[in-house]
Amino acid sequence: MVPVLQVENLRVHFFLDEGVVRAVDGVSFSLEAGKTLGIVGESGSGKSVIGLSILSIVPAPGRIVDGRILLRVDGTGSEPSQVDLVKLNPSGPEARALRGHDVAMIFQEPMNSFSPVHSIGSQIMEALKLHTDVSRHEARNRAIEMLRKVGIPQPERRIDVYPHELSGGMRQRAMIAMALVCNPRILIADEPTTALDVTVQAQILDLLRSLQEEFGMAILFISHNLGVIAEISHDVLVVYFGRVMEHAPVDVLFSEALHPYTRALLKSVPGIDTPVRNYLATIEGTLPDPSTQIPGCPFFGRCTECEGLTICRDEPYELTKVADHHYLACPRLCIRS
Amino acid sequence: MSQSEPLLQVVDLKKHFPIHRGVFRKVVGAVRAVDGVSFSMDPGDTLGIVGESGCGKTTVARMIMAAYRPTSGEIWFHPSNGEPRVDLAQIGHAAMRSIRPHIQMVFQDPFASLNPRMTVRQILAEPLVVNKVCRGRELEDRVRELVELVGLKIQHLNRYPHAFSGGQRQRISIARALALYPRLIVADEPTSALDVSVQAQIVNLCLEIQDRLGLAYLFISHDLGLVRHFSRKIVIMYVGKVVEQALAQPLFARPLHPYTEALLSNVPSTRPSRSTHKIILRGDPADPINPPSGCPFHPRCLYAQTVCAEVVPPLEEVEPGHLAACHFADTLHLMGCDALGCVI
Amino acid sequence: MTLDQGKEAKYLNASTRQLVWWRYQKHTLAMIGLWLIGGLYVTALFCEFLAPYSTETRFYDAIYAPPSTIRIFDQQGRLHRPFVYGLTLRIDRESHQISYEEDTTEPRPIRVFVRGDPYAFWGMWSANIHLFGVEAPAKIFLFGTDRMGRDMFSRCVYGCRISLSIGMFGVFLSLVLGLVLGGVSGYLGGWADGLIQRIIEVIRCFPSIPLWMGLSAAMPQHWPPLKVYFVITIILSFVGWTDLARVVRGKLIALRGEEFVLAARFAGAGHARIIFRHLIPSFTSHIIVTVTLAIPGMILAETALSFLGIGLRPPVTSLGVLLKEAQNVTTIALYPWLLIPVAFVIMIVLSFNFVGDGLRDAVDPYSR
Repeated sequence: MVPVLQVENLRVHFFLDEGVVRAVDGVSFSLEAGKTLGIVGESGSGKSVIGLSILSIVPAPGRIVDGRILLRVDGTGSEPSQVDLVKLNPSGPEARALRGHDVAMIFQEPMNSFSPVHSIGSQIMEALKLHTDVSRHEARNRAIEMLRKVGIPQPERRIDVYPHELSGGMRQRAMIAMALVCNPRILIADEPTTALDVTVQAQILDLLRSLQEEFGMAILFISHNLGVIAEISHDVLVVYFGRVMEHAPVDVLFSEALHPYTRALLKSVPGIDTPVRNYLATIEGTLPDPSTQIPGCPFFGRCTECEGLTICRDEPYELTKVADHHYLACPRLCIRS
Repeated sequence: MSQSEPLLQVVDLKKHFPIHRGVFRKVVGAVRAVDGVSFSMDPGDTLGIVGESGCGKTTVARMIMAAYRPTSGEIWFHPSNGEPRVDLAQIGHAAMRSIRPHIQMVFQDPFASLNPRMTVRQILAEPLVVNKVCRGRELEDRVRELVELVGLKIQHLNRYPHAFSGGQRQRISIARALALYPRLIVADEPTSALDVSVQAQIVNLCLEIQDRLGLAYLFISHDLGLVRHFSRKIVIMYVGKVVEQALAQPLFARPLHPYTEALLSNVPSTRPSRSTHKIILRGDPADPINPPSGCPFHPRCLYAQTVCAEVVPPLEEVEPGHLAACHFADTLHLMGCDALGCVI
Repeated sequence: MTLDQGKEAKYLNASTRQLVWWRYQKHTLAMIGLWLIGGLYVTALFCEFLAPYSTETRFYDAIYAPPSTIRIFDQQGRLHRPFVYGLTLRIDRESHQISYEEDTTEPRPIRVFVRGDPYAFWGMWSANIHLFGVEAPAKIFLFGTDRMGRDMFSRCVYGCRISLSIGMFGVFLSLVLGLVLGGVSGYLGGWADGLIQRIIEVIRCFPSIPLWMGLSAAMPQHWPPLKVYFVITIILSFVGWTDLARVVRGKLIALRGEEFVLAARFAGAGHARIIFRHLIPSFTSHIIVTVTLAIPGMILAETALSFLGIGLRPPVTSLGVLLKEAQNVTTIALYPWLLIPVAFVIMIVLSFNFVGDGLRDAVDPYSR
C-alpha cells in the first residue's frame, strides 16, 4: 500500500547571515489516507517548516536542500505512482495545480489567508474555479454546501459576508471550508486552534474529525499543544531542533513514551495525576543555538537520563524502530541496546 | 485589625466601555466588559480567574491595578496590617502612589512588557528608584538579590531584554514585580506565551516565591489545568459575569454551572487512556456589546429552559463556599472531572 | 568555539543602539549614503577653505568657461604633477559665440594650501588659505564658470552649505513643532487631539507650491538675504511639521498602551519619568528615520522655490539659486556644466533616502 504522502529525509535549511539554520534536519514520515499525523514540538522545532515545505512555500532564505516528498498519484492504470514534490518547480503549473487541489493548508490566523476585500464565498469559489471546471452557479452551490458542512449557520446568507464580519471560530470554519472545497487528499493544519478559546477549539477539533470521516483526507496536524495533538492524532511525531525524536501511535506515545524529551514534555503539563501545588517537572536549559551543527542528539545537555554521556552528543545516530510503528531517536536507547 | 480581614474584596464591579460613532463621537452603546463581578481573597491566598477571551478577566485585573476606573462597584484593598483598607475604585492619583508598591503585575507577553532600551539592572531598579525605597549600594544589593531570587545570574544584569528567551524575560518581569515586596501579584496569563517546558519552570518559580515570601496571587488564565494546579479558589467568568466560584477541589469534582462542566470536558487530554466525554457547545461565546437576555450562557447551554432567556440568574451560594449563577444549580447533576474522564 | 562564544557574548551584552548600528552596517547603500552625507556636510562646514574662489569672484576673461581639464602629461608627453593650462577667451565677431583656447605653452601646476581670495572663516577668522588652486594669473574651474565668470565649483560648494543647512534648520523647526503638537495630540488625546489633527488636515490640503509662493510673496523685497533665509526656512517647516507630528502622535498612542509603559506606571513612575525614560527613548529612532527622510524634502522644496525665483535670491548662493541660472534652454545647450548643481541635488536626496531606508530597516532590532 503506497501512502498518500511519503516524506523522506527532508532537510530544509535557512541561509542567514549568522549561519545556516537547519530548521528541518532529516525528517521522514508517511501519511495514510483517512488518518491524522500529529506533529508536536516547541517553538523553534521546525514543525511549521515541515508543513510549508510540503506545499513548497518555504519562505526565503529557506530552501529544501535534501530529501523527497512523494505524493501518490492515482493514475488510470492499476499501479499508483508517486511524484516528488521537491523536484517540481515551486511556481510551475504542476506545483500550483497540486497546491489546493491535492494538498490544502489551514493556518493559526485565518485573517492571513483570507483577503479582506472579497467575500468569503467569492474566495471559496475562486479556489474551486482554479482547480475544477465548474460553472459559476455550480461553484456557488458547492461553496454553500461546504459552508454548511463546516457548521456555519445560514450558509446562503453567510457566503456573502467579509472575513472580518465573522468571529474567530467562524472564520476558522470558513477557512476549513475553503481548504476542503476541492476535496484535497491531504490537509495540513498548522496550529489551527491555537488562537481559539477552549470551547471553540473543541468544536473545531470535532469538526475536523467528522470531516475526515466524511471525506477521508489525511491530516497533518501541527501543534505545540500536547493535549490537542493527543485528541486528534492517530500517530504522533515529536520534533525537536528540526529532528524527529519519537514517532509512535498516539496511545503508545502518551502512555509509554520512550524518549526522555517526550517524557519530560508530558510530565511538565499539570493534570489530574499531578498533585496540586507540587513543583512540575521542567526541562532545564534552552534550545541549542539554531545555527550550531550537532552530529548527535540535540537534547544533550537538557536530558536528565543520559548521565552526561558525550557519546550522545557526538555520535550520529538514526531513527530506530523499537516496536511495531514505534520509532525512536535516542542514542542511549538505540545505540547501546 | 483582625487576621481574617480579606486582602482584596471586589464588590459588584462593573466596567462599561462606551462605543462612540460618527463625527460627534456620539455614544451609541457600551461594551459590558465587566458586568457585576464580586469575589474576595485573603492574604497569601491564590485566586484563579478563568474565562475565555472577551470574558472581562483582563479588565478586572486592570481595574485592580487602577489603570481603569470602574463604572461602578468597589475594590477594597488592605495594604498592610494596621492600616485601614482603601477602595481602589475611588482612589485618587496621589493616594494610589502609596498603594502601588503593594500590588504589582506580571504581564502575558514577555516581549512587550520589558523596555527594550533598558538593561535588566535598570528595569529592576526602576520600581525601587521611583518609590525611593533605596539607592546606591543598597539598591545594587536589592537588585542582585532579586535577580537571584528568580533564578537568573548577576552577569545578566547588564544585558538588554533582547538577549533573553521568553522564559527568562518572564523571570525578569516577575523579579520587577517582586522588587517592592508586594502583598498581591496580579498575573495575567503569565505563561500562555511560553512553551510547555518553560511554562512549568515559571509555574514552579511562582509557587516557590509564594512559599518563601507569602504573597497572594490573582492568577488569570484560560488554562484550567494550570489554574487547578495553582489556585486554592477559582472564579469562572463568562461575558463579564461570574458564573461560578468555589474552592478548586469541589469545583472540579462537582461543578454547579453548565458552562464550567463544558469547559472541563473541552480541555484537551494528554492521557488518551482516559476516554473523555466531550460536551460540544453550540455557537460562539456571547458578544459583550450585545449580551443575550437572561442568563448570558443560555443560547449555548444544553440545559436551558424558557426562564433562562428571561431572568438573569443571581450568583448564589448553592453549597457552603460554592457559588453559582444558574437557575437550576441545585437540581442539575453536572459531571465533574471524574465522570467526564477529563484529566485536569 | 571560544571565538564563537566571544561573538555571542558580544551580541548578548549589546545595547539596542549597538544592535541598530550592526544591522545598519549590513545595508551597503545606506553606508554609502552615510559616507556621502558625511562628506557633504564636511564640505559645507569648510566650504571657504575647500572652494578655490569666493562666490562673487568674477573673471571677466573667463565667462562661460568650460570645466578645466586636469592633466598630468604635457604636449610633449612628459609626466608632470597635475596641472592645467591657461585659457584664452575668443569671441566670434559674427555670432558672438564665446570659445576658449588652451594655452599649451606653460603647464600651471595645481598646488595645495595656496593663498588666494581672502575670506572670513565662519565669519570670524580671516584667512586666505585654500585647499587647492593654481597660481595667478592661471585659473582652475573644475565645473566651469557662469555668465559672470564665477567659478561654478566654488559656488556649488557654497550652495551645498546653504541648501544642507536649510534642510537641517527647517527639519529642526519642523521637529520642534511636530514633537510639541504631535506630543500634545498623542499624549493628551481627546479634544486637543481632534483640533490638532484637523489643523494638520487643513495644512495638508493646501497645494504646497502656491502656499509657499503666497507666503514668500508676502515677504518685503528689501529684506536682507539672511532674514529671507530664515523666513524661507520657517515657511518650509511650517508645511513640513505635519508629517512629523503624525509620526509622533501615532508612535505615542501605540507606545502608551505598551505593556512596559503600563509596568512603569504600575511601579509608580510619574508622567515625567514615563515620558522621558520610556516613551522618548523608544521613539527617537523612529523620529530619526522620519527626520532623515524629511530633510531631502526640505532641500528639494528650497531648490524648487529658489528655482521659481520666490525663494532665496542672489547674492545668497543655494543649489536652487544656482539652478535658476540654468533655466534657459539655450544656456543649457551651450553651457551644460551649469546643470552640475542638479547632480548635487540628486546626490544629496538619494543619500538621505538611502540612509533613511537603512535606518528604518535597522531601528527595530527584534524584527527578523
